[in-house]
Amino acid sequence: MSQDGMADAPGLQPGHSRRNFIKGVIAAGATVSASSYLFRTTIMGQNDGMAGAVERLISLDVNGQQRRVDVMKNETLAMTLRYKLGLTGTKLGCDRAECGACTVLVDDVPRYACSVLTHSVRGKKIQSIEGLASPDGTLHPVQQAVVEGQGFQCAFCMPGFVMATVGFLKTNPTPTRAQLAHGISGNLCRCADYNKILDVMMVAADKSRGA
Amino acid sequence: MAEQQKPVAPATPVEPPKKLEFRLLGHNYTTPDLVAKVTGKAKYAEDYRAEGMVFIKLMPSPRPHARVISIDASAALAMPGVHGILTAKDLPAPPPPPGPAPAAAAAARPAGTPAGQPAGSPAPQAAAPGGGGAPAAPAPAAGAAPPVAAATPPPMPPEFALTDEPVYEGEPILAIAADSEELAAEAIDRIVVEFEALPFVIDPLQAMRPGSPDGRTQGNVFVGPSMKTVKWTAADMAMVDAGKFPVGAEATETLTYGDIEKGFAEADLIVERDSQQQTTSHQPLESRSAMAYWQNGKCYMHVSTQSLARTVASVAGWVGIKPEELVLISEYTGGGFGSKIPGAQSMAIPALMSKKLNGRPVMMRISRAEETYIGRVRPGYQGWVKMGFKKDGRVTAIDTFIVEAAGPYRRQGDHATSANLGSLLFQAPNMRFRGLSVATNTPPGVSQRAPGGLQASVWFEPVVHEAAKKLGIDQVAIRKLNAPEGQAQFGLNPPNTPAGRPRNKLTSCFVKECLDQGAELFGWEARKANSGKRTGSKVRGIGVGTGAYTAGSIGVDGLCILRPDGKLEIHQGIGNLGTHSVIDTARVIAEVANVPWENCEVVWGNTSLGLPWSSIQAGSQTTYAHTRANYATGNDLKKKLTEIAAKDFGGTPEQYDTNAQGVIRKGGGLRLTWAKAAERAIALGGIYDGTEVPKEINAMTKAAAAAHKGRGLMGVARDNLPRDGQTYGFMSAFAEVEVDVETGVWTIVDFVGVADVGTVIHPNSLGGQINGGSLQGIGHIRSQKLVYDPHYGAGLSTRMHHNKPPTILDVPTNAQWSAVGLPDPSNPIGAKGIGEPSTVAAAGAVLAALADAVGDGIIRRTPVQPEHIMEAIANGGKPAYEPLTAFI
Repeated sequence: MSQDGMADAPGLQPGHSRRNFIKGVIAAGATVSASSYLFRTTIMGQNDGMAGAVERLISLDVNGQQRRVDVMKNETLAMTLRYKLGLTGTKLGCDRAECGACTVLVDDVPRYACSVLTHSVRGKKIQSIEGLASPDGTLHPVQQAVVEGQGFQCAFCMPGFVMATVGFLKTNPTPTRAQLAHGISGNLCRCADYNKILDVMMVAADKSRGA
Repeated sequence: MAEQQKPVAPATPVEPPKKLEFRLLGHNYTTPDLVAKVTGKAKYAEDYRAEGMVFIKLMPSPRPHARVISIDASAALAMPGVHGILTAKDLPAPPPPPGPAPAAAAAARPAGTPAGQPAGSPAPQAAAPGGGGAPAAPAPAAGAAPPVAAATPPPMPPEFALTDEPVYEGEPILAIAADSEELAAEAIDRIVVEFEALPFVIDPLQAMRPGSPDGRTQGNVFVGPSMKTVKWTAADMAMVDAGKFPVGAEATETLTYGDIEKGFAEADLIVERDSQQQTTSHQPLESRSAMAYWQNGKCYMHVSTQSLARTVASVAGWVGIKPEELVLISEYTGGGFGSKIPGAQSMAIPALMSKKLNGRPVMMRISRAEETYIGRVRPGYQGWVKMGFKKDGRVTAIDTFIVEAAGPYRRQGDHATSANLGSLLFQAPNMRFRGLSVATNTPPGVSQRAPGGLQASVWFEPVVHEAAKKLGIDQVAIRKLNAPEGQAQFGLNPPNTPAGRPRNKLTSCFVKECLDQGAELFGWEARKANSGKRTGSKVRGIGVGTGAYTAGSIGVDGLCILRPDGKLEIHQGIGNLGTHSVIDTARVIAEVANVPWENCEVVWGNTSLGLPWSSIQAGSQTTYAHTRANYATGNDLKKKLTEIAAKDFGGTPEQYDTNAQGVIRKGGGLRLTWAKAAERAIALGGIYDGTEVPKEINAMTKAAAAAHKGRGLMGVARDNLPRDGQTYGFMSAFAEVEVDVETGVWTIVDFVGVADVGTVIHPNSLGGQINGGSLQGIGHIRSQKLVYDPHYGAGLSTRMHHNKPPTILDVPTNAQWSAVGLPDPSNPIGAKGIGEPSTVAAAGAVLAALADAVGDGIIRRTPVQPEHIMEAIANGGKPAYEPLTAFI
């Protein structure tokens, strides 16, 4: 594990490694090769010498449909949804389990899709923002509450917040405002519109109970 | 929430103007883009896909300052699936160096405009208000640097998307396109770059030490568009080393008003302190990803940008093409907060790579770590402030010295803006500002929500709090006593400004009403009992702050088309960055022309759709600028409707009006349905169907009108309405905090914000702006920061759990807001902007509340972390924590 935890995650995103950066500077002086430290290759790359070499066809249960998809062994669910299945409603804000923009439900539990390997959710029910409304377009009560209250601003965080709330309300359908805040505190809104988010999500809780 | 949305009646009205009542404006509704957002259908830049799309990875500089000696990419380019490389040499040639006029423009950068105007981009809107201390002519440029002498060094070259001389860690050196991101990263791994290390500096004050490295080869201090080397004396630096700011040290910028010595001589109380605040990263949740391809000689780009109309010229400049060769698509943008005002330099990379690849679509996904490097920051300050007060609390003088951490590319001017706002908010009769804009090898600075405004609050409000405590004056009362009102004047001048030059003045100001209403909503009088109240290890504190920021520019266009199907298309060049202004201001046309909102379709987000010229979506300008422009456009539409009726049914246009169905004869019935009126306009042609348009509209609006002529009745107009003064928005904020004096941990118990935004046009949106803007200000006080290793010049806070934006647990769960609601007389709609005043006011209120809880001597730097409080308490109530060190 690097000191800043940046280089250790086996995700698709290469990052800097502080420890290796410093070593590189010390070792190479003024002349440094980018390859010495700039990027950690993916696990795929390290093993196979060429990224993207091996994909396996698997079946996923996404929004109630069986989807056949070729998936690399190091592929995250967020990348599968976004780049293989065209479900771009799941957003990538940080790609490292910090912001919650990629939150989806896996067997009704909110999970950061950026930090779940697609292979690990075979046979599980995956629900993304696209699968929340009814096929006839009727919005889920949580979505309806957002629309009625003009919730969110830029809304890049919104799919994640909505999925986190849907998941949380399954475990606590009658939260206090403070409990709800704790329940969805794994999601960041950089417009910082948290008060309005809580307003609409408390309404969402009422609507979800049919109140 | 219902009662919060209704503005409370002013406690002590001073012949206020009447509130304006409207059919649509001021009422809640659902913006038409919201269902797409909540169902995941809304497409942001990285959500687009295209056949044959390839992916880019960037090689970031490993060093804070270096020169690229050689690049060997042969191994990378030999890899199957790798398509190309882009380096600094592939970028368009630098523009001609700016002359003396741009020098002044750079110095007097309007609030909210990007510091880094690219090649070929227009100068910031001349009429933009001067939060940067830059009033419109002929008033002097308060934010301007002193006149530059003849022997001035040449202007600094602009920032480019890729560079051979990286000036901060993470600055992109080159880009590789490949079949996949992983492959592009693999290829980058095989590129060998030889660097020559160059000197660098992280902490601005260390750049002032004799013999210390400069941030740039051209110097260490930005002066206008140029740089020079300024070093303080050994004695000055000895003070810095002792943790004391050297007040007498050399400054490159000075602005004054009145007589500072006289002001302090008249003072009964003088409060002074060293102060420091941090550099913070913008961190919009959507990074500046971009996708580009070329088709039929045009470059199509899907980008994340705050503005749309005002992004075209800048991106075209970066790509090196004419604006008409660029199609920009940005229907949804995941936040910007000042970091994406005209797009971003980096957006040229996929466009130029695609050009190299014969137009093949290229996606550049920017990671969070990359966003932290290239995504811009708010400049931090180190310095000193001194204020004089009469016994009654009246401010007699303000003196301040601010060193801003400008980043590596250009003068920021936040520090001068802070001075300007100090002058405004406390109506200081005598004031002096001295400053330095120091180059640091850290991410480039740019406007961040209330640039210079948030910092002004951190700078001045705690001093006012301390003074009120010492004088035994109520905190609300001292702010009301010094607050501006009406057409108040403000601003500072460069030295040697001829006497009698007019100062800036406001178009309206109701900040005193904000203070009254906020005090009532917060229960200020009753809560005074909580001040300093200790329960166990926890101490309560209450605080109040006021905020101001620019809130409107003038001179932009509107465009709408009433179609033969009876629908009104309202075209907007405004970016959809989350403020809802792209939709909210469209409603003005419907309001003015009496068109039912259900009949209206807003067209936005794609420059090929024919969009009118717009203000930038920054500086809280849009609401004011586009309610005015669309007021003019709605009137143009209505005028044409009544003219057509008069032609067809006799009489004069004045005998006709509109209602929900169409054109009516006054006192009579319906004469023309909306659909019929549109048909008649097409038959009449000329001015009615957009064949002839007003000369004064912008070329972009003219092109849009030309594209849509003959489709219906066109309403098109430029905002030619008069304005005498500068338009600013205001807010008061009230906070109660609880500090655990055994751990230093603090929480905000309660919060109230009351805004003076003129007429409220969309209460739900306004509430989001007040609370959200407030929390961004509070994030500055609470947790946000950038940390750098000064030895290696390496960023240590590239992820959100390091740079700590506020979370849902950082807010009081029942924050309240309200608005005074009194119209600005310079806008027929009466509306002003709000995006930024909230950020300013909230920061000041929370800092004041913290000081109220633990004492005025404790806090000298932001963010206020538990360890700062604990160390100061252990130090007998005096700050002990690295009083003048930046980036820690």
